[in-house]
Amino acid sequence: MYKLILAWRYLRTRYIALASVISVTLGVATLIIVNSVMAGFTHEMNQRLNGMLSDIVIEGPDLLMGFQDSEHYCDEIRELLGDDLKQITTTVHVPAMLTADLGGYIYTRQLSIIGIDVDTYAEVSDFAEYVLHPENRKQLSFLLREGGYGLDDDGVLRDDFPEDAGWDYRRRKASWEAAIREASAEAELTDTASEDEAGPVDPYANTLEEAVTFNPMRDQHAGIILGIGIGSQRKRFESEDGKSSEVHDVFILQPGDDVQLTFPTAASPPRAETAPFTVVDFYESKMSEYDFSFAFVRQQDLQHLRGMISSEGKAVTSIQLKLQAGVNLIETRDKLQSYFPADRAPYFRVQAWTDMQAPLLAAVELETTLLNILLFLIIAVAGFGILATFFMIVVEKTRDIGILKSLGAPSRGVMSIFLGYGLSLGIVGSGAGMILGLIFVAYINDVADLIELVTKREVFDPTVYYFEQIPTIIHPSTVFLVVAGATLIAVMASVLPAVRAARLHPVEALRYE
Amino acid sequence: MSNTTQPKRRSARGNTGGPHVKFTNSAPADSGRPHGKSCDARVILQTKALKKSFHKGKNEIRVLREVDIQVHQGQLTAIVGQSGCGKSTLLHLLATLDQPDHGEVHFDGRRIDNLPSRQRDTIRNRDIGIIFQFYHLLPEFTALENVLMPTLIDQGVFSYWRTRAHAKKRAIELLAMVGLEDRLRHRPSELSGGEMQRAAIARALMAQPKLLLADEPTGNLDRKNGDDVMAILRRLNQQDDLTIVMVTHDQAIAASADRTVQLVEGRVQNSSPGHG
Repeated sequence: MYKLILAWRYLRTRYIALASVISVTLGVATLIIVNSVMAGFTHEMNQRLNGMLSDIVIEGPDLLMGFQDSEHYCDEIRELLGDDLKQITTTVHVPAMLTADLGGYIYTRQLSIIGIDVDTYAEVSDFAEYVLHPENRKQLSFLLREGGYGLDDDGVLRDDFPEDAGWDYRRRKASWEAAIREASAEAELTDTASEDEAGPVDPYANTLEEAVTFNPMRDQHAGIILGIGIGSQRKRFESEDGKSSEVHDVFILQPGDDVQLTFPTAASPPRAETAPFTVVDFYESKMSEYDFSFAFVRQQDLQHLRGMISSEGKAVTSIQLKLQAGVNLIETRDKLQSYFPADRAPYFRVQAWTDMQAPLLAAVELETTLLNILLFLIIAVAGFGILATFFMIVVEKTRDIGILKSLGAPSRGVMSIFLGYGLSLGIVGSGAGMILGLIFVAYINDVADLIELVTKREVFDPTVYYFEQIPTIIHPSTVFLVVAGATLIAVMASVLPAVRAARLHPVEALRYE
Repeated sequence: MSNTTQPKRRSARGNTGGPHVKFTNSAPADSGRPHGKSCDARVILQTKALKKSFHKGKNEIRVLREVDIQVHQGQLTAIVGQSGCGKSTLLHLLATLDQPDHGEVHFDGRRIDNLPSRQRDTIRNRDIGIIFQFYHLLPEFTALENVLMPTLIDQGVFSYWRTRAHAKKRAIELLAMVGLEDRLRHRPSELSGGEMQRAAIARALMAQPKLLLADEPTGNLDRKNGDDVMAILRRLNQQDDLTIVMVTHDQAIAASADRTVQLVEGRVQNSSPGHG
């Protein structure tokens, strides 16, 4: 009984000891904050990485020519995985060069084109959820729409997105271009006329002929959906007074524009093939790696342009799978790997999405681990602070220890006073840290805003992270482990002083002044 | 002489039924017996050839060379001697706070110096009350809490919770007995030296000990407060027949004891039967 009372009384009357656990409090709070942000970040990143990628990708050996009989392999996989499989689709991947004429300036980007099966791809990847036209989110289409691009589900236009994207813009642009062509043709005509004095030539001859085959006012080329980073640039604009800055997207291309794509054909050796496409939408996965490098077209368009359709059938370069929720990804991958051994025909390469992003995922994991180790070291340092404070308290309380022993308190009891004291300090310190950390996490974006206000610098730069807000996830098990670990460190720090207190000889202790 | 009327141990409870509040666990005062206990009373405390040395560097300081004393039930014994003659060391050995190098200490019919530490702790807690020259109250606790401390040490959380009302009542009675009924909630820093020593006496009596050991109880007090403390000790000795062994260098106090043991250089030089 006295142990509880003494530990409690010491806790209440020794504020210096409470000061020594402030470092524990801060350490615990920091650990909880860091883990929550890292968990939120990892989750968000995984969702985006996995969202754009299917769960498992099976590639053939020839990435340029692709492989035949994809339907046959799809059936085999369906049979092998049974109910674990949610959807299966085939794709054609090819590296390409995008060229666009910006009224005399040539805009060029390097990218990967992915030819997708419109009916099934949306179920394999979340790609369709990221496109900017609300109708395309419901039903993916490669036809240019009249307008309404960039609206979110509530009908609010995306920041900085051109309002007239779509057919409106295309018609306006086409008529403007036609006018320029006309003007320059006329000028040319006048020039030649004055020089050669030749008879009048029908100035519309060429234009008319072109209009019969393709009229940009009315027709579109094969549709392409670009990553938002390919067609736009995210920039920071300083306000006029220079005190604040805002981030805006500048759209260089928009739905309705025509672009040229140059890519290798499926011949051997491959030739470069150039074909016009019309931008029909953008997608924004908020993973810059994808948003800057992928463009989606219809699979049959790409197969046709690349010459992948022959008498044997249509070739594809990869098969992509989406598994049912809760199915073990790695086990399924291993199952497929043993079904399609890497050293035997058809020499398929089976990869889970985590394999493809392994370096990034490993880096994030390593970062989290290192941060945890470093922060636990900080708490361990705090433990030494407790150790020193406790030694001081034991010295200060030497006489009291002698008194307690003279009143019949056993050594074990004296020891448990100080262990209990350490335990309660640990609980108080890490409990306060837990509350502090959880509050901080709950208001982390407000805190970031406040810091921005004070320092006038962006804490969480959306041009870098593509997140508007700092994502956080609190795992109760992590919070519990952190609190328990910190409490344990506090108890361990009190063991040595407690043993010393227990070993004090009562006569020596009483003589101590 | 046997103690047939001993209350059950561990019941930190004063016998409040009668007009006289009994504060100790010793035999009831024999009203027919004259003051000045005779030697035919039971021997409650006895040492046999006690030796104790301390080492300071390579030097061995032989504090107790060979001490044999006997203390009878109900006696007030004063141990006197010059500073450094080993009085306090002897008291610490009697209190089981320290262990002798050689020799034996017998208390209440059994040898206590070689018991395991846990049993010695229990004896100190329940059977032997100790008061010190410097009072040794716990500074963070009130007078009442200090008096309750032996019971708190003895009992676990639940048994204390059950008997807390009794324990508190007894502690208040003890403090009233030493004249501190209006100082219950005062911390030691708010008490005078005499008050602290009286609170320490109340604490020593809390567990109804059979023996009270006092190490220079008046050594740090002025005459008036010293007399008050001695009056309380004498009253406990006479009314409750409490056995008291007291170390003092005050000849006047020693003279009023039943018996005086004079220590000179670690040996008993003269054991007087006291001044009846």
